[in-house]
Amino acid sequence: MLSKRIIACLDVRDGKVVKGVNFEGLRDAGDPATLARRYNAEGIDEVVILDVTATIEDRQARAHTIAAVANEIFLPLTVGGGIRNEGDAAAAIEAGADKVSLNTAALDDPGLITTLAKKYGSQAVIVAIDAKRDGHGFAVYARSGQALTSRSAIEWATQATGMGAGEILLTSIDRDGTKGGFDCELTAAVSDAVNIPVIASGGAGTFEHFAEVFTSGHADAALAASIFHFNEKSVSDLKQFLAKQDIPVRK
Amino acid sequence: MIALIDYGAGNLASVRKALAAIGASVWTPLVAGEIGRAHGIIVPGVGHFNTTRSLCDDWRKAIQTMADDGVPLLGICVGLQWLFDGSDEAPDAKGLSTFKGTCFPFTQHVSGRLKVPHVGWNSLVMPRPSRLMAGVKDGTQVYFTHSYAAPVVDDTAAICEYGVPFSAAVERANVSAVQFHPEKSGDAGLRVLSNWYSDAV
Repeated sequence: MLSKRIIACLDVRDGKVVKGVNFEGLRDAGDPATLARRYNAEGIDEVVILDVTATIEDRQARAHTIAAVANEIFLPLTVGGGIRNEGDAAAAIEAGADKVSLNTAALDDPGLITTLAKKYGSQAVIVAIDAKRDGHGFAVYARSGQALTSRSAIEWATQATGMGAGEILLTSIDRDGTKGGFDCELTAAVSDAVNIPVIASGGAGTFEHFAEVFTSGHADAALAASIFHFNEKSVSDLKQFLAKQDIPVRK
Repeated sequence: MIALIDYGAGNLASVRKALAAIGASVWTPLVAGEIGRAHGIIVPGVGHFNTTRSLCDDWRKAIQTMADDGVPLLGICVGLQWLFDGSDEAPDAKGLSTFKGTCFPFTQHVSGRLKVPHVGWNSLVMPRPSRLMAGVKDGTQVYFTHSYAAPVVDDTAAICEYGVPFSAAVERANVSAVQFHPEKSGDAGLRVLSNWYSDAV
């Protein structure tokens, strides 16, 4: 049976892992390679490196951080943040990424999804969507949550899928870093609208939150950062908890 | 030395890294004539079956000759599919036909809430003993990412199921292949690569 994936996110700035709340107020959480090694030992299924400031400060995700993390794990590694064009994607993949995550660049030029999917295969192209509740719907934001776009999350996820995205990484801006639980309504709405895997992100605080997003949220994978970084919770304990709830996980 | 065939089918960095971790030396031959000195050959691959067209007649002949001579050959992902007759994904692109059957899209079989591509960790069942899967227990999970799959055949060494059973690993004499990514499947994946590599040295 296909397992629900637990993904650790390393938000990196200046070579260090940082984490904020609602995309702001970053605090230092340590060295990316050291954290990756720990998560690997604890049984994480996948690792994502997001250069949280790259788009804003016009800087690429750093190749040496990617290589340092890649050297610690024999697991799928995704790199996002500042992947603006084919060259940025090629640099990340050459440095050791298996997948790239597009956000603002895909909003500016959806054709980039197709270009990269043709070059590397859809499995290598994740479209990251930062969404925020807006009345009864979910609005998409660009530039690390700073710029409101005219798109709705469901409409954009559907379009991105059609253009060749292999997975959707869906972050709730409202929940990011709050530990108040994933936005299951948002996740289910997007997951039901597309036929590709959806990774839920933003709000993980307890083991129950993961169980909720895998059941009522229809998520295929769940991504978390702060809950793991500061040694609050271990990946292995989380997996034991989920297995007891009959949620399929990798042992 | 292991020849890692680069036919433009995406990222080889993680395969190289995993081979280094098990102590294998690897090079990427530039022309088909170079592979004569290989102790083992790996045909990797991600993405579309059509990319295997880049393995033109020179490469096909060279790889086939080496395989006929008993040199260990390992296909990974699309590399496994290429060792079958072909794939519905690109009907005009012919496989090597070491294993009989045509790869099919999951969309033919899966329904309801199953998504395509099949991405993530799924469990294996071994229908028979094989050198490739030695020491890997039933229920072991490995990482997959693919939309097409190879049928279960007599040479199948590991079966996975996603709406439909398919070949997760095949082995016949010195030719073997895996649909999953051993280079991204943690300790279980390294074990499979080591098993294969021990035949090549």
